[in-house]
Amino acid sequence: MANTSNMSPAAIAVNRFGLGARADEGVPNEPKKWLLDQFSQYQAKSARLANQANTASLIAEYAQQQQEMRKADDAEKKEMKRTFAREVKDTYQDAVSARAEMALTSSTPFMERLVHFWANHFAVSIEKPAIADLAGAFEFEAIRPNILGNFKDLLFAVERHPAMLIYLDQAKSIGPNSKAGSRSAEKQPDKKRGLNENLAREILELHTLGVRSGYTQADVTEFARALTGWSIAGMGKDKAVSADTNGFVFRPLLHEPGERNMMGKTYSQSGKAQAEAILTDLAHSQATATHLATKLARHFVSDTPSESLVNKLTQAYITSNGDLSNVCRALIEAPESWLVVPAKFKTPWEWLISSLRGLGRQNLDNIKIAQILNQLGQQTWKPGSPAGFDDIAATWAAPNALLRRVELAQRLVAPFGDKLDARVLADKLLLGAISEQTRTAISRSESASTGLALLLVSPEFLRR
Amino acid sequence: MQNSANNMNRRDFLRMLSAGTGVLLASPYISFASAETDRRFIFIIQRGAADGLNTVIPYADPAYAKLRGALAIDVSQATKLDSLFALHPSLAETAKLYANKQALFVHAVASPYRSRSHFDGQNVLETFGTTAYQIKDGWMNRLLTLLPSAQNEAIAFATTVPMALRGKIEVASYAPSALPQASDDLLMRVEQLYAEDTQLHSLWTAAMEANNMADDASAKQDPASFGKLAASFLAKADGPRVAMIETGGWDTHTAQEGRLARQLKSLDSMIAAIRDGLGPIWQKTTVVVATEFGRTAAANGTGGTDHGTGSTAMILGGDVNGGRVLADWPGLSNSALYEGRDLKPTTNLATLIASISSASFKLDPTQVNKVLYAEANKTKTIEGLLRTS
Repeated sequence: MANTSNMSPAAIAVNRFGLGARADEGVPNEPKKWLLDQFSQYQAKSARLANQANTASLIAEYAQQQQEMRKADDAEKKEMKRTFAREVKDTYQDAVSARAEMALTSSTPFMERLVHFWANHFAVSIEKPAIADLAGAFEFEAIRPNILGNFKDLLFAVERHPAMLIYLDQAKSIGPNSKAGSRSAEKQPDKKRGLNENLAREILELHTLGVRSGYTQADVTEFARALTGWSIAGMGKDKAVSADTNGFVFRPLLHEPGERNMMGKTYSQSGKAQAEAILTDLAHSQATATHLATKLARHFVSDTPSESLVNKLTQAYITSNGDLSNVCRALIEAPESWLVVPAKFKTPWEWLISSLRGLGRQNLDNIKIAQILNQLGQQTWKPGSPAGFDDIAATWAAPNALLRRVELAQRLVAPFGDKLDARVLADKLLLGAISEQTRTAISRSESASTGLALLLVSPEFLRR
Repeated sequence: MQNSANNMNRRDFLRMLSAGTGVLLASPYISFASAETDRRFIFIIQRGAADGLNTVIPYADPAYAKLRGALAIDVSQATKLDSLFALHPSLAETAKLYANKQALFVHAVASPYRSRSHFDGQNVLETFGTTAYQIKDGWMNRLLTLLPSAQNEAIAFATTVPMALRGKIEVASYAPSALPQASDDLLMRVEQLYAEDTQLHSLWTAAMEANNMADDASAKQDPASFGKLAASFLAKADGPRVAMIETGGWDTHTAQEGRLARQLKSLDSMIAAIRDGLGPIWQKTTVVVATEFGRTAAANGTGGTDHGTGSTAMILGGDVNGGRVLADWPGLSNSALYEGRDLKPTTNLATLIASISSASFKLDPTQVNKVLYAEANKTKTIEGLLRTS
């Protein structure tokens, strides 16, 4: 990596932990403090979100659409389906734009990065139309307000949200011996309705303990039984149930009766308290602490983070009983986080946002960001699997992906060719971490816009 | 310029060191020094655990209909393959291949992985370690190390390179772009910009090679167009010999009937487009279709199936010894199921893939086994997969 120059603490704060420098912002004098101050400055409820439809209204709208569909004849149905699909697409694109514009203008970029990190940790994917409708609301309402609190609260908010309940099929899971299960077995003995273990498995494997941490197939099934009844308000027949906030409802008729034995512990709670007790134990488990610490260190610092850094974050989690501010503070305080050589290759999202910030964009006028991210290989909220997008260079540093960035860089800089001097901008964005080769390549380019494009695809700007 | 001795790169040199000279002279199989290969090899991965039991349907197994209930495929709509198995009705073109003896289905197959995580399962399928993340490179990349250097070029039809193709040998990736092409001037300057950055330089070189090979940079992304695009690369005499295509969407926990039908239809059109696009080269082509694990033998409570174990793999191509289903069928009775819930695997997918790789490239099966699959010594090569082998 001959083009790489050592990063100063300011460059690390802005580029490794933030979303990239903005030319109109000053350089942080005290990089550590600049990051830590963001904890108190962060606003989960951004003004940019004022016009976003919330989960409750999206769910109500969906339920109403379903009702209208049932009444309509075939021709009407077809037309309605088209209209609804268009509306879902608009909702999705609006939400992606809101997410991106908050990232462009944020004065607490480290906090935004944490939002993006947790949204990917608790990934939903928009292949299912209902998820395209709800993915934005999921991130804005379940993730954003909970990034600095206790992990347990984040976990609860996420697992109760309709987007997660739909994405991982929980809303349809029925206890075989529940009232609904027994009734259905009587009525339609051939058409068995019952458990779906998808959410239970992914909570254990992806959201909390981590794969290969000792749980068994029996634990997965037992957890799935405990989760039965966790459902979405305003849908289905038993409208009598009172809706909780954000579209969650517990349906006792679906809940598998009896105590559950999971990982050597008996859960004799009844109703929704049973799965809550399990989730609480999962949130406080040592395996969860290690799993989350590893993922955070990998995301921010290095594809293969040092054991000492992971240990520090794990300890910060355990001693604070899962306080995420404490873990993030430990991340910033650890000397291992300040390696002067950039070890991370930016994801398409990180690269695009830092490019737009670097060019001084405050909004997305004329930029179709959802489509662009699709072209770059990282369509927002569409990782294609509950594991979320990969967080290592091997995934993103690929031949075609690199060419796409070059193609896009050429397009992004087009409006700025005569307004920005790439040589000046390079120093502002990279804060001194720029090699002679890159400096020379930029200064020799045939046009101002080519110089800007080269800056955006330079080895220094692709890494952080 | 360089003389011929200098032309041998480090990779060739290592390959030469690792090959025994005795083997080299006596072996009927190709080695680095032998004539070039004109074979093509395509791996299509089904991410998400494809339901083998509703793809190649054991209609005559007495337990099938009961286990699957409403999800059981109506055999009168399916293509009967033999007295036990039938093919899902969506696979119409694949059924034609079977009729022409160019499709071989292998049933009750699974990688060495026995838990039920997609991500660990896919890692094992792509690396052939005995456990997930044990091996850092992909089996396809290791297969490339056994091919002559002029023919060890491989391509991933995706913007990024999937695990199976990652490793020592640089691999191209290509997917149609909707972005305006970069100017030649910019491309040239980027090349200079990356000249001294090892990682970016090799990525850029691979990107430019693939880009120059694409006939139609704005090709569509539907399955048939995608298959056609892949074929257009592989049909070229100087094109890649090895390719990987990713398909997703197989994780049918709910609404399986319609979803699986659509998934299989897409796969079927892609396979047909590859066959048609390759023309006469199809005779020298092997396509392997496989998934990380199968799905539960019984339907779940939500119109779908959950993560299971044994599934189906397909081997397709002009000289495949096809028109048959290869299965040491364990049966679906309760006592025959793996852990009382899944189709019990009786064929090791790693062995199957090592066997078809060596047959396809006429390589020494023992050597291929050793390079592709860590536990190869415990398994036996499957013979007779190709008519020409």
